[in-house]
Amino acid sequence: MKKLLLASAATALTAGAAFAAGHASEAKIGIILGFTGPIESITPAMADSAELAISEINESGNFLDGVMLAPARADSTCIDASAATAAAERLVSEGVVAIMGADCSGVTGAVLSNVAVPNGIPMVSPSATSPALSTAEDNGLFFRTAPSDARQGAVIAEILNEKGVSEVAVTYTNNDYGKGLADAFAQSFEEMGGTVTLSAPHDDGKADYSAEVGALASAGGEALMVFGYTDQGGKGMIQASYDTGAFDMYVMGDGMYGDTLFQEQAEALEGSIGTSPWAQGDGAEAFDTVATEAGVDASSSYTRESYDAAALIALAMMAGGEASSDAVAANLMSVANAPGEPILPGELGKALEILADGGEIDYVGASGVELIGPGEAAGSYRHYMIKDGAAETVEFK
Amino acid sequence: MDFLNALVALSNFVLIPAVAYGSQLALGALGVTLIYGILRFSNFAHGDTMAFGTMTVILFTWLFQSWGISLGPLPTALLAIPFGIAATAVLVLATDRVVYRFYRAQKAKPVVFVIVSIGVMFIYNGLTRFVLGADDQRFADGERFIINVREFRELTGLSEGLGIKTTQGITVITAVIVVAVLFWFLNSTRTGKSMRAYSDNEDLALLSGINPERVVMVTWLIVAALITVAGTLYGLDKSYKPFTYFQLLLPIFASAIVGGLGSPLGAIAGGFVIAFSEVGITYAWKKVLGYLLPESLEPSGLVQLLATEYKFAVSFIILVAVLLFRPTGLFRGKSV
Repeated sequence: MKKLLLASAATALTAGAAFAAGHASEAKIGIILGFTGPIESITPAMADSAELAISEINESGNFLDGVMLAPARADSTCIDASAATAAAERLVSEGVVAIMGADCSGVTGAVLSNVAVPNGIPMVSPSATSPALSTAEDNGLFFRTAPSDARQGAVIAEILNEKGVSEVAVTYTNNDYGKGLADAFAQSFEEMGGTVTLSAPHDDGKADYSAEVGALASAGGEALMVFGYTDQGGKGMIQASYDTGAFDMYVMGDGMYGDTLFQEQAEALEGSIGTSPWAQGDGAEAFDTVATEAGVDASSSYTRESYDAAALIALAMMAGGEASSDAVAANLMSVANAPGEPILPGELGKALEILADGGEIDYVGASGVELIGPGEAAGSYRHYMIKDGAAETVEFK
Repeated sequence: MDFLNALVALSNFVLIPAVAYGSQLALGALGVTLIYGILRFSNFAHGDTMAFGTMTVILFTWLFQSWGISLGPLPTALLAIPFGIAATAVLVLATDRVVYRFYRAQKAKPVVFVIVSIGVMFIYNGLTRFVLGADDQRFADGERFIINVREFRELTGLSEGLGIKTTQGITVITAVIVVAVLFWFLNSTRTGKSMRAYSDNEDLALLSGINPERVVMVTWLIVAALITVAGTLYGLDKSYKPFTYFQLLLPIFASAIVGGLGSPLGAIAGGFVIAFSEVGITYAWKKVLGYLLPESLEPSGLVQLLATEYKFAVSFIILVAVLLFRPTGLFRGKSV
């Protein structure tokens, strides 16, 4: 009996050890997005896209001698910095190697400085666009597959310059995003010789916008730049401005892109223009195919950037030869950019093989990833014009 | 010509929007002031009751639209207002019966009522979101403008345009009618007089045989009507979003307090004071002065007293000043 007990104990021990060995070959990637809060409608598709890339890596079987990647979701809330920090800390205590996220600029900055930097965990955000994050103290740990709004500001200024518009008034939503975009635009526009007659913020969800429109109309300009949100103050500003005939042309930032707005304000917006981040070409098409097969909504916002963020983390681990935070931080830029074999969505298995053989890859991905400066996407934008209540593409920039 | 242009620019960007906004605030403030005068508490659920009332109007409007009923150039919502008022009346009377009557019987302090009304606010808040959701809703139809900017320019040959929306016209006309009816009711009918008596001195009113429950019920009915009309007019003119209605609470209370809580005339004056101060003080006078002054004196800056970010600060400075120097408000209401 004693022998039997010993034997079974020994068996249990070995089994436990074997289990532990199996367990050690799992690497966790945190996915921190605002599953509740203002952008809760788009985050599920974003998380699905990131997990799609992770499962593609796992299914290829080529990843780091059988190490399995496991996603771990957490809620950033988009607006509550302390809740996002607490969620990220929980991920760190669960042992995540890298973080895909966060989503909104404010919480992303908070998670970066409070959690990622102190713990040495790299972050890849798919959707934080504030220019301030380009210069944030990050110890080389912060990357984003979304372009900085500094780039969008320059693109909009360029479009206006080409159209021969030289004097505009600006209104922006009173937060990090609006202010960042308005400042970036004003800087580029003035460098090109344009004039901003007045740059006035508007608060979202307020009762009346006639005061703002009155001041902007007095300042004058050929067009009104609206850097706000479709269903918030941005809409209120356009409506109040149209009702008083203050401006005939509006130029909208990415936050204003929404079919409902275009339909409702069709008359006011006729002939107005706007920009929104847009991916085109082989990568976007390949992603559509992969995502549709897996039942993920590819047309939702920032799904491409999310897929790319998760894929880049995994590929950087592979290039570094280990599933560690250091490997991600050190190799992310090199797998994202040339030289090397271009990699599209659905080809992650092939990328792993090339890396395993010591080759180099240039991850193109769904959004045409090209990381510049401090590790952020160069970004391409769609310049659209409103015609009969719908957006028509003019060009890509 | 220049003088006319200056006048038109000022009307288009300051006078007309402020008059419309002021009327909406005045109707809201009248409801607050009636509840304060007769039921003796500040009703924090006011904004969300407004959201509920407007919601029912929207639902009825959609029903009528689906039946093909319309008022031609006027918004269909005007037809739906009586139904909205009825639904709101049922809601506030039920709330009074279940919640406020309990505290009235206990002779609870006003601050307890205020806290209770915050609880009611959250329930209404959830109710509206449960039925219609938190999103923007559009229910305006009919002609959008009485005269729009382009037509005005062609008609008069002026370089400045003047736009008057149908909803702005309706807002002002409805506000005048509602206020006239309310004043007639309070001053000339038996029920109105008993309400004023109850407001002035509760004990004396009870001694002279006024039925308090009846006064309370009539008050709620009037408030339901005011609130639904105010909410619908606001929704037609701007847009309907429950959160914006909640935010309306602040300027509405400011109006009621500036005018003097408990004074109906004060509520109306307060509404216009707040609206004009929000729109007028932050206005950039560059355009208007450009027309009025000779070319040599034309301003190069914006001539703006305060940036628009400070528009709320302006109404609250007025509020603080009134409370400091005339705590009963402009029209001698009750002191807070």
